[in-house]
Amino acid sequence: MARRAPSSRRQQLERAALVPVDWLEERSGLAGGIKYFLFRKVPADINWMQTLGSATLTAFIVQAVTGVVLAMYYKPDPDAAYASILRITNDVTLGWLVRGMHKWGASVFIILMFFHMARVFLFGAYKYPRELNWIVGVGLLALGLFEGFTGYLLPWDETAYWASVVGININGTAPILGPFIVQFLQSGIEIGEDTISRFYALHMLVLPGAIGGLIGLHLYLVVRLGVTSPPWSPEAAGRERVEPGPSTNGNGRAGLVRPGARSGAPR
Amino acid sequence: MEPKRGEHGSHVAAPSLWPVGFAIGVAILLLGTILGWVIAGLGAVITALFGFLWIRDATNDLRGEEVAIEPERREVAPRASATAEPRPANEGEAGMPLPEEGEVERYPRSAFLGAATLGVGGVIGGLVTVPVLGFTILPAFTSQGSGQVDVGAVDDFEKEQWLITTFLQDPDQGEVSRRTAYIRNNGELDGQPSFTILSHRCVHLGCPVQPNGPVRDDEATRETRAENEITRIPADPSGFGCPCHGGQYDTEGNRKAGPPVRAMDRYEFSIRGGRLLLGQTYSVSEVRGQGAEARIKRHRLAKPGVHVDGPSSWLYPISPP
Repeated sequence: MARRAPSSRRQQLERAALVPVDWLEERSGLAGGIKYFLFRKVPADINWMQTLGSATLTAFIVQAVTGVVLAMYYKPDPDAAYASILRITNDVTLGWLVRGMHKWGASVFIILMFFHMARVFLFGAYKYPRELNWIVGVGLLALGLFEGFTGYLLPWDETAYWASVVGININGTAPILGPFIVQFLQSGIEIGEDTISRFYALHMLVLPGAIGGLIGLHLYLVVRLGVTSPPWSPEAAGRERVEPGPSTNGNGRAGLVRPGARSGAPR
Repeated sequence: MEPKRGEHGSHVAAPSLWPVGFAIGVAILLLGTILGWVIAGLGAVITALFGFLWIRDATNDLRGEEVAIEPERREVAPRASATAEPRPANEGEAGMPLPEEGEVERYPRSAFLGAATLGVGGVIGGLVTVPVLGFTILPAFTSQGSGQVDVGAVDDFEKEQWLITTFLQDPDQGEVSRRTAYIRNNGELDGQPSFTILSHRCVHLGCPVQPNGPVRDDEATRETRAENEITRIPADPSGFGCPCHGGQYDTEGNRKAGPPVRAMDRYEFSIRGGRLLLGQTYSVSEVRGQGAEARIKRHRLAKPGVHVDGPSSWLYPISPP
């Protein structure tokens, strides 16, 4: 018993390492869920192009992380914003790097979104049954562009200020509601003391939250519907459209509508 | 033996309305701590009264008193016949038969609970959402527009001389409220002083319009009045131009070229104690004539890029306050 075979020791180590995983899995099912997400089946002939979505997600995560750190030094106040930007860039250790990552990463994020969108379009991956995911993606694109717009004001230099003036006023030319959008964005009839903190709150709280939620929905649909094979694949990319019929129609909503409420006999 | 519903033997207290009165009493008591001791006393009395009734009700069981409960008088609905087509387990209510023809319409407990959850949730959601939404949106639209700004003595404005005048619209807000106006003293019209005062914001998309002509920076005058630092720089423009997208205006603010949709906005002005005071800005569709003789087609202040006349203005039927 003094000497054990290395393979059995290895087994023992593996078992020890798996104890916390088993503990977590038994209580949450998380390990299985992650395994399901990571090792799900995809077509054999998928392409590097199909990693653009993950690349976009990575760019967003970089933006989120660097943004959180920048928020520790940035001051969203008309009298202090520009000075705090100078301080981040010139004085705070590695501030230049993180600010640079955030600034250039913003462009990377937007560009990757468009590349991803082009891939989905050219592969025909937006077709049945994935139309809803295209729509969610368009929502993500709009929110991402709005992130760029609100973030552009925050350095509070001349470029930022006048570019935002022009950007805000372009919104103002929208019929009927345009002037109201302008006043809402500016928090008044002109850019004033509240504008920069309003843009900051939108930029770092409202929009990232909304983007995070939509990314969750986007990924859920990707996993649920599966990945398309490329257009040159011998395998069909889509699937047969399920004809609505008594067996399929409304199965998902069964139980949502009480039969009694619909067909309850009137007095 | 399982006790039947409504039969004595269950340890659950009978339904009672006393807690509602008790809660109202507590609320009045708490309000009373703010509003006055009389109300607090009233609340205490209500609380004590309903508390007593509630406790008496709840302890009926323990004190061995008979609990008076209305017996169930409704008929038990017959079970759905076995020949009825089977339904999925998640449809309808388990064990609940479908209402059949001729049967009295029932309102099942689960439907009541569902509606109550939605209703209470909706009310709570509304109570939370409405004020927050109002706070998000309304401040941008209420108490807008600021008071008059003193930009100098009338004598500081030499006749027929343009002065690039910068000032703080609202000194409380600080530099972010700095505005620029192009001011020209036109002399007098019928014994009344006349000024041309153009806002320097381009009516295309709001960039700062610049004077086309020499600017005499070295002859600038500065004045600080009521925490408002005012700068006046003489200039001799032949017109005004916008650096962003090339909009061009003449010295009356009429559009000469480029994308602007109307003439430059102007400031209202008044003169008090020999001082020139700038008021609100207004929009202008067209100016005919020059200087003191100019005839201005005046409109309510519109956002840059918004037409104030012609069919395009129909796109903006309502303007924010």
